[in-house]
Amino acid sequence: MEDLLSILKELHPEVDFETCDTLIDDKILDSIDIVTLVAEIGSEFDVEVPAEELTPENFNSAKALWAMIQRLDEA
Amino acid sequence: MKRNIRAALLWGAILCAGLWLLNALFMPKYMSDIPEGALIAEYYREETSHDVIFIGDCEVYENFSPDLLWREYGVTSYIRGSAQQLIWQSYYLMEETLKYETPKVMVFNVLSMKYGEPQSEAYNRLNLDGMRLSPQKLAAVRASMTEEESFLSYLFPLLRYHARWDELTGEDVKYLTRRDIVSDSGYLMNVEVRPAENVPAGRPLGDYSFAPACWDYLDKMADLCEKHGVRLVLIKAPSLYPYWYDQWEEQIEDYAARRGLAYINFLELTGEIGVDFSADTYDSGLHLNLYGAEKLSRWFGAWLMENCPVEDRRSQENYARVWNEKSAAYAARKERLEAEWSGKNPA
Amino acid sequence: MSFASTQFLAFLAALFLVYYAIPQRHQWKLLLAGSLFFYWFAGWWCLIYIGVTAVTTYFAARKIDALARGQEAWLREHKAGLSKEERKAWKARGKAVRFRWLLGCLLVNFGVLAVVKYTNFVIGNANAALSLLGGGQLPSLPMVLPMGISFYTFQAMGYLIDVYWGKCPAERSLGRFALFVTFFPQLIQGPISRFGDLSRTLYAGHSWDSRQIAMGAERALWGLAKKLIVADRLAIPLRTLVADPERYGGVYVLAVIFLYAVQLYADFTGGIDITIGVARMLGVQVTENFQRPFFSKNAAEYWRRWHITMGTWFRDYLFYPMSVSKPILKLHQRCRNRFGRFGKRISVHTCSLILWFVTGLWHGASWNFIVWGLLNGIVIIISQELEPLYDKFHARFPRLKGSRGWDLVQVLRTFWLMGTIRVLDVYRDVPLTFRQLGTVLTGCRPGTLWDGSFLELGIGGGDWLVAAAGAGAMLACSLLGRREPVRERLARHSPHLAWGGCVALIWLILIFGVYGIGFDASQFIYNQF
Repeated sequence: MEDLLSILKELHPEVDFETCDTLIDDKILDSIDIVTLVAEIGSEFDVEVPAEELTPENFNSAKALWAMIQRLDEA
Repeated sequence: MKRNIRAALLWGAILCAGLWLLNALFMPKYMSDIPEGALIAEYYREETSHDVIFIGDCEVYENFSPDLLWREYGVTSYIRGSAQQLIWQSYYLMEETLKYETPKVMVFNVLSMKYGEPQSEAYNRLNLDGMRLSPQKLAAVRASMTEEESFLSYLFPLLRYHARWDELTGEDVKYLTRRDIVSDSGYLMNVEVRPAENVPAGRPLGDYSFAPACWDYLDKMADLCEKHGVRLVLIKAPSLYPYWYDQWEEQIEDYAARRGLAYINFLELTGEIGVDFSADTYDSGLHLNLYGAEKLSRWFGAWLMENCPVEDRRSQENYARVWNEKSAAYAARKERLEAEWSGKNPA
Repeated sequence: MSFASTQFLAFLAALFLVYYAIPQRHQWKLLLAGSLFFYWFAGWWCLIYIGVTAVTTYFAARKIDALARGQEAWLREHKAGLSKEERKAWKARGKAVRFRWLLGCLLVNFGVLAVVKYTNFVIGNANAALSLLGGGQLPSLPMVLPMGISFYTFQAMGYLIDVYWGKCPAERSLGRFALFVTFFPQLIQGPISRFGDLSRTLYAGHSWDSRQIAMGAERALWGLAKKLIVADRLAIPLRTLVADPERYGGVYVLAVIFLYAVQLYADFTGGIDITIGVARMLGVQVTENFQRPFFSKNAAEYWRRWHITMGTWFRDYLFYPMSVSKPILKLHQRCRNRFGRFGKRISVHTCSLILWFVTGLWHGASWNFIVWGLLNGIVIIISQELEPLYDKFHARFPRLKGSRGWDLVQVLRTFWLMGTIRVLDVYRDVPLTFRQLGTVLTGCRPGTLWDGSFLELGIGGGDWLVAAAGAGAMLACSLLGRREPVRERLARHSPHLAWGGCVALIWLILIFGVYGIGFDASQFIYNQF
């Protein structure tokens, strides 16, 4: 989780990712942020995020993102 | 639900009323400009029937004076003419006229035999917009439309004239629902004088035969008149131009002989009639002016009295009342136009 | 039939009356019949193309769905006897089979699209190359683009991919699926709907709802007014300006940029208004395609608000899958290790450029559109790379950010920037476009704007006024409708206002619309795409 937060922070230093749960709804993350994030997650956590997982629900908050990473890691 | 229906009816009524008003507003009025456009509709305002109906293009409505026929012979007549009236338009006008009255004689000018196809959108509008909605009108529209035209725009002329929004004038408001009379029983008076000089001879044509469609309509005219017991008289007005070819003359003569119709080519009778093309035309030979038209009508009136079952109705009270009024309007118009013309030409 | 034709009006009126007269469970069948008729009207042979797309997509989706279910059931049954690795391997094998079905169907449908749309473009380029080498020439083929093929192909393929991803179930009825592909209001120019969105209201029974019908009609008429009064009127001087580029350089090119922006907006959003309005009259909810795009503050935002359904289609079905594909992730890894912070973005920018290349190509088979697409991509990339610079700038002038004046500057900048790129649509070829844009700097005589020259471009002063009033009305409605469209606000005051709006719009369209003799009713610009 810490690693994830630092990746996010690097993208948008001004956002408080620990509490924000409207990252997509409020257009904080755009499509380019999302794919950058996926690429970073891939290198950092060694999970493949398939295209169908790139949904607003999975990227709306750091918590949701973390849940997705763990789910993908388990499967 | 009930409220909904009431609202729909209300707004439907507002929509239709607005459309009707817009139609009336945008329709060209043809009062001060292009009075030819007002001719066809004026017929519906006639109060009494006619013994003679002229049908055709400018060669009838510029060349014959129904008023003179009345004054000198007591013959009642009306001209259902319009600019470059094509033969199918003439036919359907004939058919439509027979719904309102059965004259003794129909006079058709044969110049339009030369046009076998729809010609111009502008003339179509001048000739057809004035017709009342009827099967005849729809048929005439169908026969006349050029490729660019839409049928619907004859039912809702707003579709055609909407672009006039930047040229609307006070006249469009003034004549929203009424019109002045611009003609004398369909005759469009002109008193100007422009002598005919150097009338060009007709250029040789590749093919002198009239189009089959024209023959069809001429046949239909003859049949229609026969059916209604109306004498059909074919004429060619004494206009020097457009050129009337001998080959055309021959075909019409043959046709008239075959169908047993009278055919008069006034071009051959100008000497006898006394038309003087240095004084009796207002546009160098295309059309006669008032003086030429009266000469021609005088001759034709005598011919009608002699050859057709028309009668002198001057002693009939109901006709005399209407026609005396018409004569007064005619005289007044003549006086006004002559004053205008001499104002323009002080010589 | 074009939306602005009497045939369409008659078709719609007849369909509408029958629609609300028949039992609700048959309504969708009538829509299908009407849609097929609408398509048949454009040429019976078009039905073959759309038929192939509908049928292949339907069966491929059913197959993929069945395979996925079968595998799941098998796994549930044999779960106990399998290790985690075995399960994973089994899943991967199943996915590979499903992927083959997906790929086959994609190839067939995009193949058809590519052949009809790009064959002659390829032949033209091959000929140019051949003539450079002094070789012979290939004849171009008589290809006719089936109506709306770019739109329905994308819509159907989006559905197929969604099924493959398990995001939506495969539709069981071929007829219902065919309706999704052919639904006539959106057939010509989009929006590109998602199955999950459209199917919610497309198949349901709809009872007569005066309010919805009035609002739908009002929206459709508003769209028609935008098209006939503003777009088609401005199309006349635009044609003049573009037809003779030699004569109309300098300030005229600025005029082309501005007028084309207004004209395309009026035409395209007008068409979409008709689509959404007509669908609403039938009780069907179609996704919005525009969100006041000319108020965007930068290029990326503009593309989130202009032709939205196309943008999200490319994002979800091209950009995302491409960006998370193995080769791109590998590229990312390598660049990141070598170039650090900037390196991380190289792979993303590569994907962006490919995305914009394809988007350009989708818009039309010509270099104009390809260059147009790439320029859009480059502008977006540059503005991203410059972000640190912007941040510094704003740190220096903290009052500026968020102020109205600065917002306006950003909006105007984006409007003109996007407009400048957009004129690639209108000029004959790419070099000419850049030459014309160059004349703005070299031969700009602003006096032309007010010396009456603009009255000689095909429309008179009155027409310019009407176009300006129409554009002003569009702007006003955009400004006032920020939270809720103006027509919804008015209708909340009194339902009568919706009907009144319809009546007034009909009058205005009939008087000021550009149609009939003397005017060419130009087809919607997006038709050919």
